[in-house]
Formats: sequence, structure tokens, C-alpha cells
Amino acid sequence: MRFWRKAFSWSVQLLFLGTVIYGVTWLAGNTVENLARQGTASGFGFLDSRAGFGISQTLIDYSEDSTYGRVLVVGLLNTLLVAFVSIFLATLIGFLVGVGRLSKNGLVRLLSVIYIETFRNVPLLLQIMFWYFGVLRNLNPPRQANSIFDVAFLSNRGFVIPSPVFLEGSMAYGIGVIILLIGLILGRRWQTRRQMETGMRPSLWPFLLGAIVSIVIALYALVGWPFELDIPALKGFNFKGGINLVPEFLALTFALSVYTAAFIAEIVRAGIQSVSHGQTEAGRALGMPSRLSMRLIIIPQAMRVIIPPLTSQYLNLTKNSSLAVAIAYPDIVSVFAGTALNQVGQAVEIIFITMLIYLGLSLLTSLSMNFYNNRVSKKGAQ
Amino acid sequence: MLTTLSFNNAIHWMRENLFSSVTNSILTILSLWLLWTIGSGAWSWLIWDATFVGSDRTACLKPEQGACWPFIEAKIGQFIYGRYPDAERWRIDLLFFISFFGFMPLLMPSAPFKRVNLLFMVFVYPIVAFLLLSGGMGLEYVETSLWGGLMVTLVVAITGIVFSLPLGILLALGRRSNLPIIRWSCISFIEIFRGVPLITVLFMASVMLPLFLPEGMNFDKLVRCLIGVALFAAAYMAEVIRGGLQALPKGQYEAAHALGLGYWQTMRLIILPQALTIVIPGIVNTFIGLFKDTTLVLIVGIFDLLGIVQLNFTDSSWATEQTAITGYVFAGTIFWVFCFAMSRYSIFMEKRLATDRKDN
Repeated sequence: MRFWRKAFSWSVQLLFLGTVIYGVTWLAGNTVENLARQGTASGFGFLDSRAGFGISQTLIDYSEDSTYGRVLVVGLLNTLLVAFVSIFLATLIGFLVGVGRLSKNGLVRLLSVIYIETFRNVPLLLQIMFWYFGVLRNLNPPRQANSIFDVAFLSNRGFVIPSPVFLEGSMAYGIGVIILLIGLILGRRWQTRRQMETGMRPSLWPFLLGAIVSIVIALYALVGWPFELDIPALKGFNFKGGINLVPEFLALTFALSVYTAAFIAEIVRAGIQSVSHGQTEAGRALGMPSRLSMRLIIIPQAMRVIIPPLTSQYLNLTKNSSLAVAIAYPDIVSVFAGTALNQVGQAVEIIFITMLIYLGLSLLTSLSMNFYNNRVSKKGAQ
Repeated sequence: MLTTLSFNNAIHWMRENLFSSVTNSILTILSLWLLWTIGSGAWSWLIWDATFVGSDRTACLKPEQGACWPFIEAKIGQFIYGRYPDAERWRIDLLFFISFFGFMPLLMPSAPFKRVNLLFMVFVYPIVAFLLLSGGMGLEYVETSLWGGLMVTLVVAITGIVFSLPLGILLALGRRSNLPIIRWSCISFIEIFRGVPLITVLFMASVMLPLFLPEGMNFDKLVRCLIGVALFAAAYMAEVIRGGLQALPKGQYEAAHALGLGYWQTMRLIILPQALTIVIPGIVNTFIGLFKDTTLVLIVGIFDLLGIVQLNFTDSSWATEQTAITGYVFAGTIFWVFCFAMSRYSIFMEKRLATDRKDN
């Protein structure tokens, strides 16, 4: 009886496997035949040939003489840039709105609800197009740009902001910042240890303030002030100097952050609500001020509920950044699976590479968030 | 006396809730200012400075122009039916009517004849819908390249929903199956589709699917996109349903086993009815996501609601600074109404299910 059951289940599986393999070989055979008839080359050799088109935003050196492989890297970096900036902004807005959703103040609650319900119920693509075609492209040209204190300018060519210039000696300041950060982390540990031992949490900020002032004075005496700002100025029809954030980047980042923040806000709300009220009361019974009990009691427990869905929102955001193609922001889908595909015509290889990269990004994000999640849940288990 | 009392109450309430501390007072003032800015801005753009009558762009060129509503009025036919021939548009209207009265009673827990209704929607409705939309049996044949607007949005969304649910159930069962080959196939399918953006799936459907098939055998572009959307949604659906399957206590499986039920009987009679009920909110959320994602088909050249609105911006007789924003606000409102309604429905079901469980 048992034997026959096993035999049956394996034959079903082998039949299934056979069908899948047959289907895949059939599709592959067709593809090879079709490609041969069209005269399309195959293989990955095209990655080394000259691309011959320009890209509007490049984080690394790129010219029309660069290769398709370079196009891939430029696109990937642009995708990562948008994803990082948007994840940062979305988390910030999302936490603010999520906490506001639970505020005691009715007006703040109302505003948060309006925010969440408006932005998460409208398709992201529509929001991206709205900001790009509806708003940013309708702004004044650079000559009548909206100026912000005469240092940053918003026009239909984008948003120009001053860029910092690092002169000789700025490295010393970098080292100073690192020393301060290490000090801060050690200080936090010391605070917690003292609280465990004595029940009193010593304040850290006098030490911190002292450290900042003394380090800055020491550095100023040593290397002076090695920073300058490159402030953009109108030259002819466009701005010179500073950093120009192209409208495509602005629209995409803004829409992605605002849209994802609405989802993050709901996740944060659910997370905070999942911590039982007894915890807040216990914190108060210990004599903790509410801000401190929020930081030391509520948030660490809420984080355990928040992190898994937050990870999937980060993943969604990264994948959604591919909507860049609709407004021609030069991300990987737009320049590689778009322009490059149209020129080379090797759809199979190009789409395969693109999908593989997204799969890799997804895997990396979930791995790093899992790592963080393990740390957070272990902390609570002590 | 009564008025002073309630006035005092109001003052008291405001003290407690809006001005309990300095921070809170600042927040209150800031919120009031924000609400006022948003409200007055919306009022003047939507109504006060907006144009309501006109026959071309000249009506919408005031110095402080708000929305340009005549643009929507002139194009509403296209926004709903796309380039579907005027003489045949009654077919779409009829289909809207049938769909509405077919789906509504299914969604209302108290409506009678669920079984008949479901059988009708599963077996009769798709055929009727197909005939009405594309023609045949005496109706004039209408090519899918003429379809567009809200109608295409709904066609993509509803086919996606209808196919992704059963596919998602199969994938979820497969992922939890004891048969290793089946399990690994389902896991790879789900993880691959969830790991890549929908846009690459649509690219694959529109660019690569023709390459995969032998010469001469080809699908309609819309159908290819429908397949892509349905497979993509099925992967997400599978994960939602898996959540429901995992939430069921092991005793349910063991009880079914003890009764001598086979695998499919256990699933059909014991497990799935319970698991699916638990995850109704998750399923509806997937539907909402799918509904919003239908807009992506415009990138591969199918004119859904957003696509056709976008297309009409190029009409030079309506080109003004406000045309684009007006169009987006119009399309956005329609999407918003659908999604908001679905999310309310999901909350309604969640509450209902929660009380159901309390009764037991």
C-alpha cells in the first residue's frame, strides 16, 4: 500500500517534470528558430560593443563611445540612487505619519488619515506622471526660475542646489565625525549599562556637546575651515555650478517616497498598536518619561512586528523604481531594457540580465533586513 | 444655559485634546494651517478658478486658471470606451450593467442564491463578456487595438482577479506539498515572479512571447499582457493564501485525515474554506494592488484609462498648462474611488469575520 502510494506520487511528479522540461525545450527550440530567421545575433558579446547614445544622468564616466556593459552599470547605479534616496525619505515620512495616525491630537490624526488614504489608493504610475508631466514640466524656464534664498533654483530643467567643495584638510573633519560617532555608540552603551546597574539613566548630552566643541576647535586650529559652497548661478539659458537634480529624478523620487510612505505609515501604526498598553504603563511605573519609554520600551518591541512588512515595502519600492521608464529617467529598465534593447534587438539576453539583477537586488535587501531582524528579535529575547 | 454649558464643554475638550501642552498647541496650529492650505487650494483649483463650459483650449487660458473641466467633458467617451466604434458602445454599457449586477450580490454576504450566482459568473459570464467585447454570433467584430479607456482597465483587472485566484490557490498548495518536485517548481515560480518588477514581466509578454512561439502562432497583444498580469498576480496571491493555510491549526488536517478524507477532499471541504475566509482581507488587498498595477500596460502600448488620458494631452486643440493636471486628477479620482471602495469592503469583511469567530 505504502509502496504503491509512493510509486504513484513519484510518477505524477516525474510526469510533471517531463511536461515542464518538454515545454521549456519546445519554447527554446522555437526561440532559436525565430532568432535564426530574424538574423539576430545571440550571446553576450554585445556588452562589449559601442552603445552610441547619450544618457542624461550618469554617476560614473560615460560617453557615447562607452559600451553596452557600461550602459548597464550606469542604469543600475541610477536605479540604486533612486531606491536609496526614496527608501530614506519614505521611511522618514512613513514613521512620522504612522505616529501621527495615533496622535492624541485629532487634527494631526485627521491629516495623517487624509495622507494615507489619498496616496495609497492612487496608482503609483499616475502619481509619477502627475508630478513629472503635470507639475515639473510646467514650471518656468531657468530664466524665471523659482529661487529659494537665491542659492537653490527650481525650474523646468530641474532643481539646482549648491554643492559642497572639499578643499585640502577636509579629511581631518571626516575623521572627527567618525570619532564622534564611535563615542556616541559607546556612550549609549554606557547609559544602558548604568541604567541596568543603578536604575538611573545618566544624561549624555553634556559630554557630547563638550566633545563636539573641543573637536571642532581643535580641527579649526589645525586645518582651518576647508569647505566651500559652489552656489549655482544663471549663465545664459541655464544654471552653472551646483548640483542639478533632473526633473525625472525629482518626480520619481518624490512619487516613490510619498506613495511608499503611505504603506509604511500603516505598518508603523500596526506595529505600535501591537505593543500592549501594559508596557507603556510599566514604563511609567518605573518613572520613565514618556519619550524615553517610547524609545526604550515601545519602539524596540514594535520594530519586531514592523520589520518583516517593512522589508517587503523596501523591495516593492526598488521594483517600482522601474516605472522610471514612463518618464525616461535613465534607470536600468529605461536605458538597458529600453534603449539598448531597441538598438541591439537581443531581447532574450537583455531581459534575462535585467530580471536577474532585480532578483539579486531583492535577495540582497531581504538578506540584509533578515540580518537586522535577527539582531532586533534577539535583543528582545534577553 | 445649555449653550454655555456645551460651549464650556467645547473649551474643555479643546484644552484636553488640542492644547494640552506647548508641543501639542504648535502641532494643532500647524495642522490647522496645513488643512486650510490644502482645503482652500483644492477649492479654488477644483471650483472657484476652474472652467466648466467651453469648446476648446481658449476657454481655459485665464491668468489664474484652475481645472479645465471642458477637456474631460469633450473626451469622456474616449476615456470610457477608448476608440471602440460609437455604434457598438451599447455593448460595453450592457456589459457594465451585467457585471455590476453579477458581482454585487456575490460581494454582499446577505444576498441569496450565492451558488447559482457563482456558477453564472464562472461559466456564463466570461462567454457573454467575450462575445459582447470582441464580437461574434451576429455582433460586429471589434479588434482589441480599438479597445481602450476605463473598459480596458476593468478588463485587465477582472481577468487578472479571476485567473489569479485559482492559480494562486494551486501554487500555494503546491508550495506546501510533500512532493519535492512540485514544491520546488512552485517555490521557484512564486519567488521569481515576486522578485522582478511587473514591467519586466510585461516586456517579456510583449517582446519575448512572440519569440517563444512557433511561426504563425501568435496571440493578441492584449491577451499576452493579460497572461503576464495574471501570472504576476497569482504569485502574490499564492503567498497570501499560504498565510491562511499556515494559520490553520494542525488539528484540522489531522481530523480530516482521521475521517479518512483524501488530499483533495481535505483541501476542498476542510482546509480551503477556512483558510480562504481568514485571508479575505489579504486577497482584497492583492486585488487593490492589481487594480493599480493595470496602469502599467500603457508602457507596452495598450491604452488603459491612464494611457488614453495621457494620449489626449497631445491634442493641440486642448493644449493648456492645466490640461495635464486636470486629466490626471480625473483619472486619479476614478482609480481612487475603486481602490477606496475595495479597501472599505475589506475592512467590512474583516470586522464581520472577527465577530463570526467570537460567536463560536
